[in-house]
Amino acid sequence: MSEHITFTIDGVEIKGKAGQTILQAADQAGIYIPRLCYLSELIPHGSCRVCTVIVNGKPQAACTQPITEGMTVENDTPELKEHRRNIIDMLFVEGNHYCMFCEKSGNCELQAMAYRLGIPAPKYPYLFPEKDIDATHPDIFIDRNRCILCGRCVEASRDIDHKGVFEFVGRGINKKVAVNAEANLKDSNFKVADKAADVCPVGSIIKKRVGFAVPVGQRKYDSKPIGSEIENKK
Amino acid sequence: MSKPKIATASLAGCFGCHMSILDIDERILKLIELVDFDKSPIDDIKEFTGRCAVGLIEGGCANEENVRVLQDFRKHCDILISVGDCAIMGGIPAMRNNIPLKECLDEAYLNGPTVHNPENITPNDKEIPLCLDRVYPCHEVVKIDYHLPGCPPSADTIWQALVALLTNKPLELPYELIKYD
Ligand code: SF4
Ligand code: SF4
Ligand code: FES
Repeated sequence: MSEHITFTIDGVEIKGKAGQTILQAADQAGIYIPRLCYLSELIPHGSCRVCTVIVNGKPQAACTQPITEGMTVENDTPELKEHRRNIIDMLFVEGNHYCMFCEKSGNCELQAMAYRLGIPAPKYPYLFPEKDIDATHPDIFIDRNRCILCGRCVEASRDIDHKGVFEFVGRGINKKVAVNAEANLKDSNFKVADKAADVCPVGSIIKKRVGFAVPVGQRKYDSKPIGSEIENKK
Repeated sequence: MSKPKIATASLAGCFGCHMSILDIDERILKLIELVDFDKSPIDDIKEFTGRCAVGLIEGGCANEENVRVLQDFRKHCDILISVGDCAIMGGIPAMRNNIPLKECLDEAYLNGPTVHNPENITPNDKEIPLCLDRVYPCHEVVKIDYHLPGCPPSADTIWQALVALLTNKPLELPYELIKYD
């Protein structure tokens, strides 16, 4: 089998390496496929489906799908954009996202994805669900109102920190991140230096006493859309 | 030809979005050349004097009066715009949506740490609009044509949107002007 695999994304020829996923090969080629749950240091598990692309006519998660010789991938189409917008819209109404006072605002990947997709307002009715917060830990705060259930904290704590502080409990609308402790986060062995304290794409797991440090206008996504760092590699 | 009219209202909002309208600074002189203001706190006209091209709504619906005003705007305006996060998602007032209304009122008028209310009365004068069970975004009450997000949306956002609509151009906000904070 040849080391190099050639395929196309939106008609552009891409050369990837055997074993790479569509997302990895696209990143290397400077083509941005929108994504939310994916983080390069973690094992991709395809939960958010924002990265859905059409592979040889069928929808697949680009973050988990390996590349194969000659495959055709559609990424930047009006239908996929619409599909991604729907997912983002749902994530907004299924949580309580008060961006105006959220510490993560301007650096939040969910918000940035909405900006990139040009969403002025979610089209579904807001659910205003009841979610709890955990402010017991001296250095870290969990606000489940903003959790998008991406699973990054679960994986990072398990696979990188080797602690398993977080796990999902419940199903469907009742699914939530729980902590491996008697009661609250303070009872766990979670530390602010843990990888899991750094991976949350939204303002759900945040460090105390560092919020709002970067002025408005200079935050990560204030002027450059999410993904532009990848597109600039081209 | 007479100028098109603009109307504005603040429902359950803090008037920050209206401040942002004023923040268009000297461009307000250009705006006055383009439009006349109808019902609006800016000129203190209380009732519509006629049909309006554009209605700008700040704030969501927290009480029955908000709903009435919003419905009145829908009736009188060709284009209705939700201005700001309170109009779009309820904003800060919507934080009460997870708390039963009675608990909110009890905290505000009976149990709050700074409350002095020896007669233990929750205000109930018929002049006071009844609170809704929760705060509703405007587009869950009437049809809204455009949304300008932000808390508040910047003056540039409001300006660009108005100029586009008044000159019959498509309203497309550039990346920098879509902000939720
Ligand atoms: S987590 Fe992101 S989307 Fe949610 S409130 Fe915070 S900034 Fe907004
Ligand atoms: S807390 Fe953050 S990292 Fe963990 S699942 Fe929720 S959004 Fe993802
Ligand atoms: S990034 Fe692929 S499913 Fe979330």
